[in-house]
Amino acid sequence: MIQDAAPLDDRGLDWIRGGGEAEIVLSSRVRVARNLQGFPFPGRAGAEERADVVERVRAAADHAESLEGGFFWEVDSLDPVDREILVERHLISRDLLAARRGPSSAALVLARDSSCGVMVNEEDHLRLQALVGGLALEAAWRQVDRLDEEIGALLPLAYHHHFGFLTACPTNVGTGLRASVLIHIPGLVLTKEISKVLEGISQVGLTYRGLYGEGSEVVGNFFQVSNQTTLGKTEEDLIDHLGRVTGKVIDYERSARGVLLTEAPSVLEDKVWRAYGILRAARSLGLEEMMNLLSGVRLGVSLKLLKSPRVETLNEILVRGQLAHLERAAGARLTEQEADVCRATYVRYKLARDERDAGQAPADGTSDSTVVDGPPSGG
Amino acid sequence: MLCDDCQEKEAEVHLTSIEAEEMRSVHLCVRCANQRGISAEAAETVAETPPLADFLAQLGSSGPQTPIPDSSEPCPFCGISAADFRKAGRVGCSQCYVHFETQLRGLLRRIHGSSHHAGKLYLSEASDITDRLSQISSLRRRMRRAIETEDFETAAELRDRIHDMEMQE
Repeated sequence: MIQDAAPLDDRGLDWIRGGGEAEIVLSSRVRVARNLQGFPFPGRAGAEERADVVERVRAAADHAESLEGGFFWEVDSLDPVDREILVERHLISRDLLAARRGPSSAALVLARDSSCGVMVNEEDHLRLQALVGGLALEAAWRQVDRLDEEIGALLPLAYHHHFGFLTACPTNVGTGLRASVLIHIPGLVLTKEISKVLEGISQVGLTYRGLYGEGSEVVGNFFQVSNQTTLGKTEEDLIDHLGRVTGKVIDYERSARGVLLTEAPSVLEDKVWRAYGILRAARSLGLEEMMNLLSGVRLGVSLKLLKSPRVETLNEILVRGQLAHLERAAGARLTEQEADVCRATYVRYKLARDERDAGQAPADGTSDSTVVDGPPSGG
Repeated sequence: MLCDDCQEKEAEVHLTSIEAEEMRSVHLCVRCANQRGISAEAAETVAETPPLADFLAQLGSSGPQTPIPDSSEPCPFCGISAADFRKAGRVGCSQCYVHFETQLRGLLRRIHGSSHHAGKLYLSEASDITDRLSQISSLRRRMRRAIETEDFETAAELRDRIHDMEMQE
């Protein structure tokens, strides 16, 4: 059985603990698009049909083993901040919020351990997804594959003997599979090798975008790389191909970092410590500024130029430094200015804590910092 | 963030481009963007246009190769027309894949380099649904032809068969 309308708490944040290659690969994600037989796709469905689909998925989720003890939320019944929190955690997409047409029109199901979930009535009736830390595409695929088998046995899915699984957009048809890795490759950006790498990625049937999905700008040297086509290859081939190309990109990134360390060590060190210094001391931080500085710090941690923070803390800040998370912590809606102040306070607090744990010298490298850091207001 | 050009107003138009192997981002206020001949609307539209619609538009502009002719009839299940599909870049239901099958095959080959699924098979009790839908679709076409040729006896028979098959769903 699954539970309705439970508090969101920290659900869906397990990936931040990292995994293989965690310094470069933040997370691996796999999703498959599925539709129910006998219903128009969500974009073409009326309110009743959409509600009917939500109801059927809710009932099936009760019997899917992967979702045992999990959670169900109707997007419309969540308060606006919680909705945004789900988007910020990549558990639902902004498109799902936009596709919402009143009560029971869109929903999210999440496994008890957040290992996988189902987004209901976005562009397709079902988007089965798994998000894991580090480079672990096979593990994410296994989760989704298992959930797909369970759901497919409970609900008749739209499938065509020639075209495979049918989807609203022909770009998803066939396997319906989109696998992606979120990678941090500042070395390639700093050595200006990045455009060559991105060009290579496009040439081998993959595509890239920013941290926040389709159409989003690349910020903080975080790139999301995913397969472009879904038809004509097996799921395993698609996953394997992305995994191998990601492995190559990691190698290039490592050698780029090696070049930076030998040819411009002081410039690199300065960049890293400046980023750390600003994050450690700033009293107001915009989201984009924070992301760019986190990139510098992440590079510093990875190259062992900095003893703290931990990679997990950096991942956590990426999520909790976003507006809705700050609003939840503050217990109020925030203006942009207020959010920037809360963000800076939160970041200082997190970095100070890791600094203490690691016994790292403060940013000025000479004496104890005179900066007093309390916990951020409201938690 | 301030406008790159005037350094006075808040930048509202953000463009990222790759030129000569270098990624460049430009952040401009609306006025400076206009001066450079970039309209805020155009910048946004480019980002928001579904890639498929773009793709279809490109195909459309190549004239006779347009993959989905406007003349074909709307999908009998969801009512979406070829023009709707081309505009939105999305089909309306699973039966569209049967109804627009010929056109979609060509389109899928262009997008994916293949039109044949090679991944997981799906077998459920109702897995012959697409076959049934495709049969219904073909019966409907025959019924319309029968009506056009005033063969009402055949048309009535076909109508009943369609009805029976739809009841099976």
